[in-house]
Amino acid sequence: MKGWAGNAKSASLTGCHACGLVCQMREEHHLACPRCGSPLHFRKPQSIERSTALVIAAFIFYLPANLLPITHTAALGKVQSDTIMSGVIYFISHGDWPLALVIFTASVAVPLLKLLILTYLLWTVKRRSRSRQLDRTKLYRITEAVGRWSMVDVFVVTVLVALVQLGFLANIEAGPGALYFSMVVIITMFAAMAFDPRLIWDPTEEDDEREI
Amino acid sequence: MTGESLHHLDSEAGSLHACLSVCHECDLLNQVPALPPDRAARCSRCGHVLFRNPANCVEKTLALSFSALILWIVANVFPFLSFGLPGNLIETNLVSGVVSLYEQNQVILAIVVLTTSIIAPALQIAGLIYILAPLNRGRRLPASKQVMRWLGHIKPWSMMEVFMLGILVSMVKLGGMADVVPGIALWAFCCLIVVLSWALSTLEPHVIWEQLDRAEETGAAT
Repeated sequence: MKGWAGNAKSASLTGCHACGLVCQMREEHHLACPRCGSPLHFRKPQSIERSTALVIAAFIFYLPANLLPITHTAALGKVQSDTIMSGVIYFISHGDWPLALVIFTASVAVPLLKLLILTYLLWTVKRRSRSRQLDRTKLYRITEAVGRWSMVDVFVVTVLVALVQLGFLANIEAGPGALYFSMVVIITMFAAMAFDPRLIWDPTEEDDEREI
Repeated sequence: MTGESLHHLDSEAGSLHACLSVCHECDLLNQVPALPPDRAARCSRCGHVLFRNPANCVEKTLALSFSALILWIVANVFPFLSFGLPGNLIETNLVSGVVSLYEQNQVILAIVVLTTSIIAPALQIAGLIYILAPLNRGRRLPASKQVMRWLGHIKPWSMMEVFMLGILVSMVKLGGMADVVPGIALWAFCCLIVVLSWALSTLEPHVIWEQLDRAEETGAAT
């Protein structure tokens, strides 16, 4: 692939986000793609602001998601409440290291890392940093790809709730933590979608223009 | 490559013609030469895949979408998992978990699970068939372009493979308590995950958009 002189924006062009058509832009707003009708813009509108707000919201929800119980198990008259970490500890105490690792990675580490990476990306873009642009783009790609796997604990709760029903051995109910947890995953996914990776590369183009 | 074979490249069957393409991740304007079948065009600055040229894109994806449709029906109709002691098994369907969550007043959670594990895949399959079945004969139905746009929006919310991991984890968790017996629907669900992700990997939006542009519209104009 041959690269052009620079980015599309400096040539008053943009790629439609839905269908990829390369479109000529005259003014920034109220333009729709002639092929598919999606709104066109050089960069996602208010990308940094929206993404920052969603990241903050997700950080707030991350606390109850991890501190509140995700399941209440009633067996033989006793009720036991489990948080995500107590589930991980349960697997470790039963020698199920691989499973404990899967749950810990998907439910605790991935959401937190994803939020920290997004915070880092937002901070560097805001500072108009020019260093390690390719690495930061790759980081963004990773956060987009792995975020969905954090939903695994919500699905575990769903299956447990369906299978272990009242009147048989035990009864499992979903706790409030599960709801907060699904919110963390969903809000973080929206935050990643709101972030525009093209902002990472913008400072380079402006340097080029200044040199010319 | 000799000059002669270069000359033939453009007219070679299944090649995509040369075009300009803007990278979605770094906004670089790329000049993409004619792309032979089963090759991908990547951004020269950040390496992001601009588009690919899967051979027989429409035909293959359509066939896989029909298989996915059948598997989706089987996965939703037949028993999914059974749990209990021999002689006292509780049978559940794919949707049972959602119903139980709803009965426990976890309405939002029930909606999240229903959407990500059942509805989003169904919409993907329906959308694919709606676009590709007429396109295979060089036609398009009204609103095909809107449906194509929506397919892109739905994709991140279809989480069947994550659900599958959740099933495996809970099977291990419950394995000590009683027997967990997989039903027909669970196997269908496994196949559905493979078939649908296969269908989406053979689907190349760039090719579909070009073909939608050329296809004549049937029915009411939009």
